[in-house]
Amino acid sequence: MHPTATRSEQETNTPPSSEPLISVQGLSVEYAIGGNGFWGHSRGSLRAVEDVSFEIPRGETLGLVGESGSGKTTTGRAVLRKVPLAAGRIVFDGEDITELHGEKLRRYRKRMQLVFQDPYASLNPRKRVFEIVAEPLLVHGVVNRIRDAEPQVRDLLALVGLPPDVLFRYPHAFSGGQRQRIGIARALSLHPDFIVADEPVSALDVSIRAQVVNLLQDLQEQLGLTYLFIAHDLSVVRHISHRIAVMYAGKLVELGLPDQIYDDPKHPYTRALLSAVPVPDPAVEKTRRRIVLSGSVPNLADPPSGCRFHTRCPIAVDRCREEEPPLTQRAPGHQAACWLT
Amino acid sequence: MTVRVETDAPLAGPSLFRRRLADARAGLRSGAVELLHDRAGLFGFLVIVILIVVAIFAPLIAPQDPSAQDLLNRLEPPFHSWAHPLGTDAIGRDMLSRLIYGSRISLEVGAFVVAIAGSLGTTFGLLAGYFGGKVDSFVMRVVDTQIAFPGLLMALLIIAVIGPSLRSLVIVLSIDGWMVYARVTRGVTASLRQEPFVEAAELIGCRSRRVIFRHVLPNLTSPVLTLGVLEFARVILAEAALSFLGLGIQPPAVSWGLMLADGADYLFSAWWIVSLPGIGIALVVLGINLFASWLRVTSDPHARDKRFASGTQVAGAVT
Amino acid sequence: MSAADTGPLLEVDGLDVCFFTRAGVVKAVRGVSFDVHRGETLGLVGESGSGKSVTSLAILGLLQPPGRVTGGEIRWKGRSVVGRGGAKLAKRIRGHELAVVFQDPMTSLNPLFTVRAQIAEVLRHHLGMSRRQADERVVELLDLVGIPAPRARADAYPHELSGGQRQRVLIAMALACEPELLIADEPTTALDVTIQAQILELIAEIQERLGLAVLLITHDLGVVAGVCKRVAVMYGGKIMEQGSAEQIFHRPAHPYTRGLLRSTPRVDVVLPRLVGIDGMPPDLIAPPPGCPFQPRCDVASAQCAEMPALERDEEGREVACWHASDRDPLRAGDEHAPVV
Repeated sequence: MHPTATRSEQETNTPPSSEPLISVQGLSVEYAIGGNGFWGHSRGSLRAVEDVSFEIPRGETLGLVGESGSGKTTTGRAVLRKVPLAAGRIVFDGEDITELHGEKLRRYRKRMQLVFQDPYASLNPRKRVFEIVAEPLLVHGVVNRIRDAEPQVRDLLALVGLPPDVLFRYPHAFSGGQRQRIGIARALSLHPDFIVADEPVSALDVSIRAQVVNLLQDLQEQLGLTYLFIAHDLSVVRHISHRIAVMYAGKLVELGLPDQIYDDPKHPYTRALLSAVPVPDPAVEKTRRRIVLSGSVPNLADPPSGCRFHTRCPIAVDRCREEEPPLTQRAPGHQAACWLT
Repeated sequence: MTVRVETDAPLAGPSLFRRRLADARAGLRSGAVELLHDRAGLFGFLVIVILIVVAIFAPLIAPQDPSAQDLLNRLEPPFHSWAHPLGTDAIGRDMLSRLIYGSRISLEVGAFVVAIAGSLGTTFGLLAGYFGGKVDSFVMRVVDTQIAFPGLLMALLIIAVIGPSLRSLVIVLSIDGWMVYARVTRGVTASLRQEPFVEAAELIGCRSRRVIFRHVLPNLTSPVLTLGVLEFARVILAEAALSFLGLGIQPPAVSWGLMLADGADYLFSAWWIVSLPGIGIALVVLGINLFASWLRVTSDPHARDKRFASGTQVAGAVT
Repeated sequence: MSAADTGPLLEVDGLDVCFFTRAGVVKAVRGVSFDVHRGETLGLVGESGSGKSVTSLAILGLLQPPGRVTGGEIRWKGRSVVGRGGAKLAKRIRGHELAVVFQDPMTSLNPLFTVRAQIAEVLRHHLGMSRRQADERVVELLDLVGIPAPRARADAYPHELSGGQRQRVLIAMALACEPELLIADEPTTALDVTIQAQILELIAEIQERLGLAVLLITHDLGVVAGVCKRVAVMYGGKIMEQGSAEQIFHRPAHPYTRGLLRSTPRVDVVLPRLVGIDGMPPDLIAPPPGCPFQPRCDVASAQCAEMPALERDEEGREVACWHASDRDPLRAGDEHAPVV
């Protein structure tokens, strides 16, 4: 059903299952905004994510792409049950985890983890690498004393390509790429099924990005991991994703296989996004026809009527202002939300 | 950029606890070196050390009993005799001994108030900053309300009810002193809460208690420490003021504030009765502030590097 | 015409910058030399730790302790801007003949003053304009940078503008005194891709219209490809290669440039697997002797323990490498496979 289109010829080890590992239906997230009254009440709300649905089969990667204000980061946090949902359901491995709280939710944390964007701030500067990677094991009772976790921590570090002498050093001794590997080791320590990678390479140097992306890809094949890969960099996502979803102003505007998205984008925003990415080739840059969007992302506290993109869309017509287009199927596996394309 | 100050211990080596100890020692050593190079900070540090030593060993250092009245030698100016190197007051009590014993009160009150107000305020601030929402609003409104009360009037009120003594002094100053800790701690905690590594701890599955004690609290130590040192100075001043007004330490106990009160009538005839404790208070407060200033820069890695760099440049480095 | 008129606007000659930190002396810039001539666009490309941003701060005279220029020269129209005497000149030309746009528009604008007030401040300080003259010029400038309804927008406060608009305002401020050289230090890194495209187009347009020289500092090769005619590639505090955009992008001679191009993913090219450069950036406190790229280079040899000088070839391009050769990096099946 979802072929590994542009990926390398290696197949995943786990047999394809009929049920997706993660199924998100009608997800909406609301934030309170505005000043505080005397007792701290807010005055208004903002829907950062509105009615987003997608599925990720086991062992695959969904690339979630969008710019600031698109809601992609919030979606990632919501799927991990880190922020409360205003509406919608999350089904994880057949179980509805939308309403889980307290201890039950804490135990689910073992199966889903997050790799952060900022390698410099996501590791506690006062803890050594060993403590950082071993903590999940201690917290969930896999070991009783932290020093018992040493063999497992060593294995994890080897898995992410770090030499064992990093064990007792502090994060500030390492480069961004190495810190990101430490973060990945921490995320893997409880053997999760699902990892949300929130812009994992955006803060890294270009020459290091490939190392980390390739590592994630290898780990996926080795361990059968499922990823939600969040990024704003379209070029990085293509290589690691089995499917790609594009978000704009809190809504999902296009969903499809990488080849479909990059070679035949249906939504005007996707087209503009693709044309805006600079290409490191002066000959190409000179001859390119760029779709330059005017204006900027709308204020989500007061979103535009109809299609949220109509204020910046180069081909918008009256209908776009009045009615919001639903996601419709364009080709097998390819959906887009636009009246005109 | 690799930093080479850590203990690169062998892999199957000492436990985490011993490594932490080694780290602490290394940190203190490098801090001490920097302190030795900073004249103002060093002065402040020495003042604090001298204060503590004098206060603790007062009975051994003081030449006389501070309450002993030598009426034959009353109002003796300083440097006139060996028996009373700094002179005597209106009823012949030795100034030097009184100064020494007075330091005890300053230290005691300062230490107690900082400990009590500090713990109370930091706890409230931590809870407010970490849990946010209604807890935060409630705690902060209590803080605002408390701050709105004029400290002196409240001191008057409370002491009028429970009577003046060292204990009531500590109570009053603690009630008046916890708010600043709460505010500072709440701010730092709230911003720490946003840090990815705290979010990571929660996502791993740490319970709130663990996150607070193991991830947030350790990062609070430097701001709270610096604040505590500054508050120490302020409390010493406050104690002097309250004792001066008769609301604090009562005779026969000795306090610098009391000495100021005693000497007020003799300001022009026997200047040393007021000036000596006054100089003492000023020196101690100045010293503490200088040390707190040094501490603040040392706790901030960026500022610390700047200070270090300007030091090497002044010391005739490369053109 | 005097030498000041025909020579380069900006000359950086053997620049050394060090940071004196507690952990040691960080040699951030080591012997960097390049020129920018009138009307020319030079892209200074490098990753973190390459020294590119430190170089721009040194040029502008904005280096703060613990950083300091420890060697070499920076000349503006032939006159030095380093050292005590140079600092005065630096202060005069900064904001006037030599303008700068920094990375983060959120923090570069003062939240307490309107856009008009901030731009007018530059005009009145450097050009001595009256309030009315300055107001007119402000509207002109905002229009130049493509802000709609400029007269009304001029009275907005920074928080009322979007990220892209703020960056435009900063560009307007930079252009206020008709500078001859604009230094743009990662001007679009903090912006969204679609906004980045707008800003880059604006910079290219303004450069053409006003004949400005532009020094564009960035880590993103894609950004440079669209704006700059010449490119210099930095690594480990040194310049590895300098040449025209066509030379650098299509026939890179230095292994680092080739590696960098190979690891920059492109939307128009599909590779089975992303290629990077193995290894890590150098430790600038104790940099290895010789070429800083040697530990990660796939054609390094024993010779590389000695730093090669920047050699100028027949085409006018400069490369600092014993093993320089121009080969298309994107050709599949290249013999320069990445070292594991």
